[in-house]
Amino acid sequence: MIDLQGYGPRLLEGALVTIELALLSLVVAIILGLLTASAKMSRSWLLHKIGTLYTTIIRGVPDLVLMLLLFFGGQIGINMITDWLYDRFDIDIFINVNEFAAGVITIGLIFGAYMAETFRGAFMAVDNGQIEAGRAYGMSERLMFRRIRFPQMMRHALPGLSNNWMVLLKTTALVSIIGLTDMVRVAAEASKATHEPFTFLIPVAIIYLLIASVSEWIFARLQKRYNVGFGEADEWNN
Amino acid sequence: MEQLSAWFTQLLADNSIFTARTLGYYGDGLVTTVQLVFLSLVIGLVIAVPLSIARGSKRKWIKMPIFFFTYVFRGTPLLIQLYIIYYGVVFIDGIQESWLWVILEEPFYPALIAFTLNTVAYTTEIFHGAIKATSKGEIEAARAYGMSKSLMMRRIILPSAFRRALPAYGNEVIFMLHASAIASVVTIMDLTGAARLVYARFYAPFDAFLFVAALYLCLTFAILYLFRYLEKRMLVHLRPQS
Repeated sequence: MIDLQGYGPRLLEGALVTIELALLSLVVAIILGLLTASAKMSRSWLLHKIGTLYTTIIRGVPDLVLMLLLFFGGQIGINMITDWLYDRFDIDIFINVNEFAAGVITIGLIFGAYMAETFRGAFMAVDNGQIEAGRAYGMSERLMFRRIRFPQMMRHALPGLSNNWMVLLKTTALVSIIGLTDMVRVAAEASKATHEPFTFLIPVAIIYLLIASVSEWIFARLQKRYNVGFGEADEWNN
Repeated sequence: MEQLSAWFTQLLADNSIFTARTLGYYGDGLVTTVQLVFLSLVIGLVIAVPLSIARGSKRKWIKMPIFFFTYVFRGTPLLIQLYIIYYGVVFIDGIQESWLWVILEEPFYPALIAFTLNTVAYTTEIFHGAIKATSKGEIEAARAYGMSKSLMMRRIILPSAFRRALPAYGNEVIFMLHASAIASVVTIMDLTGAARLVYARFYAPFDAFLFVAALYLCLTFAILYLFRYLEKRMLVHLRPQS
C-alpha cells in the first residue's frame, strides 16, 4: 500500500468536499437549466433575449475566469448592494459569502447555461401530438409537465445530461485554485510539502475515474428506465 | 442618454487601471494563450489521427492501450494532469542533467505537454467516432473498386470522417481555449495570468476579470465563425437541397 504520510484522512475529507460540491452544483445547474430553457422557449421577447444572453456569455468565457470573477468580485458586489440598501432604505444587513456556497453557486451558474441547451433540445424533441393529447384530456399545464413533458424530455436529455455531469465533475477541481479545500488542493499541498507528487496526485486521479465510472453506470440505468416503452417501438420501425 | 454619456466620461476620466502598461500585460498574455492553444492543438491533431485509426483496430493489443489512454485522460481533470506533469517532471531520473532540462525548466513546456496529451485523448475519440460512422455503402463501393485498405482509408474513409468530425472538433478547439486558462496556475502569464496580476495590483476584480472575459468571448466567437465557415464549405453536400 502507498504511504500517504498522514495525509490520508484529509484527502478523504477533500474527496467528500468534491462530491458534495459536484452534487449540489448539479442540482443548482439543473434548476437553472430548466428555468433558462423555458425562458428561451417562451413567447416573451425579453425572456428569450435574457436566456440567450446568459447562455452565450457563460459558454464563451473560461470557467476559471468566471470563477475568479464571482469569487473575488462576488463579495465586493454584495457589499456594494448592501451598502446601497443601507444608504437608501436604512436596511442594515451583512452577508458574508461562504466559500463552499460560492463554489456551488458559481459552478451551478456555469453549468446552468450548458444544461439549458440540453433541456431546450430535449423539450423540442417531444412529439407535439403528445402535448395535444394531454390537452385533449383536460390536463393542466403543470400536470402535463409532470406526466408528459418531463418524463419524455428526460429520454432525450439524458445523454447530454450525463455528458454535462462528467464535465462538471472535472470542473470542481478548479475550486482548489480559489481556496476551497477539495481533494485536489490537499493533494497539491501534500505534494509540495513532501516532494512526492505522484503519491498524492495519482490516487486523486483514480478517485475521479472511480466517480466517473460509477456515474456512467447510474446514467446507463436511468437511460434504461426512461427508455421503457421505446425499445419495442424502435424494433417495430426497423 | 446624457446621464449615460456623463457617466461614461467620468468612468474614462477615473480610469487608472487600463494604462499602456497593464494593456501590455494583457497583450503578452494574449500571445501566450494563443501560442499555447495553437501549438497543443496542432501537435495534438498530428498525433490523434493515427491513434484514432489504430483505436478502431481489430487487434486487442493495439486497441486496448489507446482506449485506456483516452479513458484516463478524459476521465480526470486537466488540472490534475497539469500538476502531475509540472511537479512530476523534476523526478524523472537524470532529467536535470540532460539537455531536456533547459526546455522543461520553464513552466510553458510542461503545460504544453499536458494540454497536448489532453487534446490528443479527446480528438482521438472524436475522430474514432467519425470513422466508425462511415456508411457501409461507401466502404463496399471502395472494395468493389478493388481499393487496398490504405488507399480506402486515404481516399474514402478519412476525408468523409474529417468532415463529419468538424463540428465536434470545433467544440474541442473552444474547450481547449477555455481550458488553457488554468495555465496561469503554474505561473504562466497567459490571458488569465495577466488578469490575476492586474487584480492583485489594483484590487479591482470587476475591471480585471470582465476585461479578460470579453477578450475570451471575442476569441471564442472568432473560432466559432471560423468553424462555421469551414462547415459551410466542406459540408455542402450534406445541406438540404431546396
